[in-house]
Amino acid sequence: MTETIGWVFIIGGVAFNLLGCLGLVRFPDLYNRMQAATKSVTLGTCGILFGIFLMTGFSAIGIKALVVILFVLINLPVASHALSRGSLQFGVKLWRGTIRDMFTEDRGGRSIIETGEGEEK
Amino acid sequence: MTILIVVLVLGAFFCLYRVLRGPSIPDRAIAVDIMAVIFTCITALMALRYRLAYLLDISIALAVISFVATLALAKYLSGRSLDD
Amino acid sequence: MKAAKTICYWLGGFGVWLLLTWSLAPASLIAGAVVALVAALVFGRDLPLNPLRLFNPVRWFWVLVYIPVFGYMVIKANIDVALRVLSPGLQLKPGIVKIRTTLKSDIARTFLANSITLTPGTLTVEIKDDLLYIHWIEVRTEDAAEAGRLIKGPFEKLLARIFE
Repeated sequence: MTETIGWVFIIGGVAFNLLGCLGLVRFPDLYNRMQAATKSVTLGTCGILFGIFLMTGFSAIGIKALVVILFVLINLPVASHALSRGSLQFGVKLWRGTIRDMFTEDRGGRSIIETGEGEEK
Repeated sequence: MTILIVVLVLGAFFCLYRVLRGPSIPDRAIAVDIMAVIFTCITALMALRYRLAYLLDISIALAVISFVATLALAKYLSGRSLDD
Repeated sequence: MKAAKTICYWLGGFGVWLLLTWSLAPASLIAGAVVALVAALVFGRDLPLNPLRLFNPVRWFWVLVYIPVFGYMVIKANIDVALRVLSPGLQLKPGIVKIRTTLKSDIARTFLANSITLTPGTLTVEIKDDLLYIHWIEVRTEDAAEAGRLIKGPFEKLLARIFE
């Protein structure tokens, strides 16, 4: 029974990971890509590792899988936060469909929203 | 099991597309970070398949090192701008 | 006070070592104790956490409430992202808005930022004192208070009970 639940977790995790990577290819600008990739890949990886924990129980493999979950939960959100902040200050363009950019407005810089026909998809 | 690993490798190829194509440096950086996490999953699945606990140590090392690398790049970027 | 802090960090580090090695061989135990002690002595000063608060059971109760709420929001976020990725035309209306938080301590703000990043359609970009800049994939309102209510959801109250 736990074996089956573990497989469900692992297969769901792999599916979400694949969707996250697809989002990395499809979305129009850095910030949207980061959103998709961060959320899906975090949940997918945690799902896979939790499935492994369910299948092996409290053995060396299961416990280490739980530790990796902790690292991944810290890794991806903090990395994407730091990277998006860095690239906003660096001046990486926002997609032209962007409505409002209060960050650059408050810093008093020039708008970094794309104007012309930029790269799409 | 094998098919799951193949699907994850397919995902890694999507990331590779973004690494090669990505118009800006942070695009490539986040793609590499995501790729490292995908490889974390692959090593974890291999640890489950062959019942080798030490493969998960590789997972931990990958997760931590990709995190530090991304943070270092973010720190480097936030100190400068495209105009410089 | 300072000694208690160091001992807490030492125990924490030793616990992590035990989980990582998952063996009770004497050589491994001694090495772990020494490494954890050195780490606690060197880095103990720089960590912002107050470990004496760890022994308050009320906070642990709110942690137990927080985890299922968080899990529910993460799964909702992922279904949202999956629908956006798979829909043929991209339905995006992104923008960066700012919201205010009432949380005071650094660690509570960090957890709030991470929770926001993992919930539907939002990504924390910058924290400046009590201002949070959020990249929102579908901007529904530009008003700071209204956006704050929509984005923070139940997290702010739960985190205030856990950390403050």
